Amino acid sequence: MSKEIDKNLSWDFRIEANETPFKLGLIDVWHYRDLLFLFVKRDIVTVYKQTILGPLWFFIQPILTTITFMFVFGNLAGLSTDGVPQILFYLGGITIWNYFNDLLTSTSKTFTENAPIFGKVYFPRLILPLSKVVSNLLKFGIQFALFLIILVVFLIRGADLDPNLHITFVPILLLMMGGLGLGFGLISSSMTTKYRDLAFLITFGVQLLMFASPVIYPMSSISEKYQLYLWLNPLTSILEAFKYSFLGSGYFDWFWLGYSGVFMLIILAFGAFIFNKIEKSFIDTV
Amino acid sequence: MRPVIKADGVSKLYKLGEIGTGTLSHDLQRWLSKVRGKEDPFSIIGAVNDRTSKENDGYAWALRDISFEVNEGDVLGIIGRNGAGKSTLLKILSRVTLPTKGHVDVKGRIASLLEVGTGFHPELTGRDNIFLNGAILGMRKNEIKRKFDEIVDFAGVAKYVDTPVKRYSSGMYVRLAFAVAAHLESEILIIDEVLAVGDAEFQKKCLGKMGDVSKKEGRTILFVSHNMASVKSLCTHGIVLHNGMYAFEGPTHEAVNFYQKNSNLNQFLNFDLNSKNIIGNENIKIIEFKVEALHGDYISVSSGISFECTFFNVKVGINLDITFELVNSEEVKIFHHGALIAKSRDSKEGVYKIKGHLPAYTLNAGQYKFNLIFGENQRYVLFSESELIGFEVANESLGSNTEILPGILRPNIPYEIDFQK
Repeated sequence: MSKEIDKNLSWDFRIEANETPFKLGLIDVWHYRDLLFLFVKRDIVTVYKQTILGPLWFFIQPILTTITFMFVFGNLAGLSTDGVPQILFYLGGITIWNYFNDLLTSTSKTFTENAPIFGKVYFPRLILPLSKVVSNLLKFGIQFALFLIILVVFLIRGADLDPNLHITFVPILLLMMGGLGLGFGLISSSMTTKYRDLAFLITFGVQLLMFASPVIYPMSSISEKYQLYLWLNPLTSILEAFKYSFLGSGYFDWFWLGYSGVFMLIILAFGAFIFNKIEKSFIDTV
Repeated sequence: MRPVIKADGVSKLYKLGEIGTGTLSHDLQRWLSKVRGKEDPFSIIGAVNDRTSKENDGYAWALRDISFEVNEGDVLGIIGRNGAGKSTLLKILSRVTLPTKGHVDVKGRIASLLEVGTGFHPELTGRDNIFLNGAILGMRKNEIKRKFDEIVDFAGVAKYVDTPVKRYSSGMYVRLAFAVAAHLESEILIIDEVLAVGDAEFQKKCLGKMGDVSKKEGRTILFVSHNMASVKSLCTHGIVLHNGMYAFEGPTHEAVNFYQKNSNLNQFLNFDLNSKNIIGNENIKIIEFKVEALHGDYISVSSGISFECTFFNVKVGINLDITFELVNSEEVKIFHHGALIAKSRDSKEGVYKIKGHLPAYTLNAGQYKFNLIFGENQRYVLFSESELIGFEVANESLGSNTEILPGILRPNIPYEIDFQK
């Protein structure tokens, strides 16, 4: 084949070594959108297969956690809930906290869990973490519905709660929580391909992080001196704002929400960058 | 007709051994030289991926400078021994891994079938898995919907389509997985020896389907197999890889011939006693180990096989023995047999040579490997090494049947046939 004809040929894509990690391939992700939803379906359908209670587990888990928290932190330790009924305070915190927690832990296993598939077939790897965002959002939706039902019951019975118009910002709060969970998940999934110890650190670290975030205690119970440190945790403002919107107690702090938003964007960008970089060489190092 | 795949100088460097231990300094050095635009200090120039001679540097080229073109509608067979770089090439073409150097231009969608049933989830039903697997392989939901009945029909699992696949027999599982892949609508299909699964009848059906795909629908297929009969019947032309390098390209029968003639030439180890690469330890060093045809140019079912090992023994005054172990490509041990080199505590320091052979019509066609074990008193292992050399026994057609017959042995039994009544 002569050079001239060669030049006239069009190629769809080129496989080569020096692909820049700045190219995210979002167009490719769009082409594979069906796969994303099939992964979501797989996650949801298979989680509680061959269990007696099946999807009921989506409810049982937060309810049992809430009861435990009410007993341990509410009654034994006597932590304040800012005058909010304990069940609502804990359930609200757990609901949004779980979204972050589950998203982070499930995306951080992207490479290690899917190595056999990644070694055999190409599809945009970003599909998997993105599918976790969606499936965890569905899970959040179920638990959130539970929270809303209990909230309404309390309101009807005339509890002193003040759900306010800030509720309209809840989707943005969720977006920020999702961005942080995904960002940290992408980073840890990429790092664990080389250093497996990180996997342990993450499960353990997330547990500790819960105590460093206002999930089981309100911000107001922290002494002024330490409040600044707590605000530096990007999850703090989101958790507080979430509780404030529905329960009327907590803080809706624009400055710290802005801080968390910027934090989220940086983490997400860095996560996407490192994930993209690792994705290309990962299969040679497992 | 235009080329749909054009590979240009594709190379792949692998780091051998463990990754992630003490490599931070290597990583840094590498990165520094990359920044300064210099050659990677840890790649040996001209080093080839030759498993028979072990390099100590820890890096090996799995592929070196592979360039080729595939035209639309071609069925290209990629042939080569284990470790020749076939799988690496397929992995690069299917975008599972990236080349270290060079590039491949592609026109059209590529679907790769390096394994059947990638992503199958045991808890999901056959129906769900068809959709999931199809989407993983790059199909859109609508495409799968359109082909759904055809897939189920081809796999013959219509009755069980709503049963979780973990309840399937392994045959059904494989059939379903292949059926999904066979109905892909990509312009280019890459297939790696997946046909080694399933029963003979289904294999034939798969081959037939693949033939249809290329002839009727004008799609391009890249096919890797050890089964020369299926390569011959399916492919329009072939590429032979040898030690990660490009060895031959041409019409299928020529490529197969080239491969069969040459695949045995390098079936030997040969080292200088002083070479730092010599295989051995403080007791035994292997100087030469080779396998050859007893009669004729290359090893085939009818050629007989001779093997010969020359080694240097260090331990004096012991009972020394050697064991040859022959293993086939399915890791089945064909034999574990050896000889006493010194049986009355009289081993000497120096070079020994041992030679043996298998008569013609013993082994069936296929790939084999030799392991070697040296022992003392037939109890203590002085030195052992697995997969020292590998070789292939070429098939010999029996009448009109060109396919490899099943079974481990390929005897030539003199039957006596009488008409009784």
